[in-house]
Amino acid sequence: MSDGDSSDGESNVGQRFDRLPATASERVVAGRATRAEVLEYFEDRFEIPPETFDEYTFWEKGAGKIWIFSGESPSPAPVEAIGMTCLRTRQEHWKPTTDFVQRFGRQANACVIDIEREAARRFVCGEDQSLEWDGDWGYLIVAHEIAGEREPIGVGLYLHGELRSTVPKGRQREL
Amino acid sequence: MEPLERYRPIIDDFEAFRAACERPLGIAVRVNTIKADVDRAMATLDEDGIPVEQADWNPRVLRLETNAPGSTWASFHGFIHTQEEVSAVPPVVLDPEPGDRVFDACAAPGGKATQLAALLDDRGTVVANDNNLGRLSALRFNAERLGATSLAVTNQDARNFSFNPLAFDAFDHALVDAPCSCEGTIRKNPTTLEEWTLDHVHSVAGIQKGILKRAVQATKPGGTVVYSTCTFAPEENEAVVQHALGTTDCHLVDIDIGLESVPGITEWQDETYEGSLEKAIRIYPHHNDTGGFFVAKLEVGSA
Ligand SMILES: C[S@@+](CC[C@H](N)C(=O)[O-])C[C@H]1O[C@@H](n2cnc3c(N)ncnc32)[C@H](O)[C@@H]1O
Repeated sequence: MSDGDSSDGESNVGQRFDRLPATASERVVAGRATRAEVLEYFEDRFEIPPETFDEYTFWEKGAGKIWIFSGESPSPAPVEAIGMTCLRTRQEHWKPTTDFVQRFGRQANACVIDIEREAARRFVCGEDQSLEWDGDWGYLIVAHEIAGEREPIGVGLYLHGELRSTVPKGRQREL
Repeated sequence: MEPLERYRPIIDDFEAFRAACERPLGIAVRVNTIKADVDRAMATLDEDGIPVEQADWNPRVLRLETNAPGSTWASFHGFIHTQEEVSAVPPVVLDPEPGDRVFDACAAPGGKATQLAALLDDRGTVVANDNNLGRLSALRFNAERLGATSLAVTNQDARNFSFNPLAFDAFDHALVDAPCSCEGTIRKNPTTLEEWTLDHVHSVAGIQKGILKRAVQATKPGGTVVYSTCTFAPEENEAVVQHALGTTDCHLVDIDIGLESVPGITEWQDETYEGSLEKAIRIYPHHNDTGGFFVAKLEVGSA
């Protein structure tokens, strides 16, 4: 990993999990997101209250892949996986994962696009589609109504009147 | 089917047992309460147009009339996980509480590990271990789809499990859902018994003994260890538990699950097992129209 080098020699090791520093003043690995930045991102973009994550920790493995965990672990954690992947950082526009949005997206109040059943079906197949949306462009939480309540489906990329599905291949379904 | 003949002496209604083993198994799913409560999961399946029946012994276990439970909104949202009905028994018997540190020694592909996470309300630590990396990738996929944040996944031989990667050095509870000869899955995989040999039964029993022993050692006094297999062979069931009773500090406790079952046996061919093995349960396919399972519940320390 070349992008993680910092002046004091600490670097990002791709094959283990490191807990995110609380704030920038505790950061030793260059480029690593902090817990504060992650909470701020979820609040600024999606209005997910930061308290949602009071009992969770955030971890980085590889360059920019962030995991969310509710258990106990030392850092670094020499394990295969810790909780679930939640966010991709170290790129201009951060991107939440499908599974994170399904798990925590009900807390969101902004950048949530509600779609109809047929559009939802296409989205889950991985199809891109033209849709009206007058909010922010970029990554949105895509939701639909199921059994009388709003339910997040996944993450869409909205650009120029088009909603692109980012549902990973292995998660796509014909419904 | 021939290998099953050896169980004629220990199974009361052997003909009913044989007949049940020949019937295909219905589809069952477990409601993943990390993402939806039972009512919401059932309402979603109803919108999916799928008839549902709740299991008497556990409202979170649903029997479905469909061959494709994976092609439903309920599944896409991770509200349900396809899991054989009896396979949901061991975590319920283990009965962990939120905040606990739980060891799942043989966890892949993760049906029971994610069920343990749900029983913890996803608060606490489930160490989901398996020695097979390929199967662990299936576990990770399932854990993410089901939204389990309390799993730490390790890739060790459970017989020599090391606490090195962890923040603590004893578990509150452990589940050993052991590799086995899988006789009890005959209704799901009719070819299961084609490769059956007594040598395999004996060699897998050696592995089971090693894993159960380590799991008991890794659990704190007063903690519980559940040992389960999906097989009928006493060599892999009572004999393995008897070995743990003899080599570690633990004892058997009663199981109360609300499913029809018979007690563990105390005699098999030339062997006799301790009387307390009657606290273990044998669930046969004809009892509740499910697959077969063996479950024993141990408490660490003396009685
Ligand atoms: C019956 S399956 C477990 C099913 C799992 N508990 C579930 O509910 O999805 C047994 C597992 O034990 C694993 N295994 C076999 N030998 C092992 C060992 N020595 N240490 C750890 N795991 C082992 C196998 O790879 C297999 O995944």
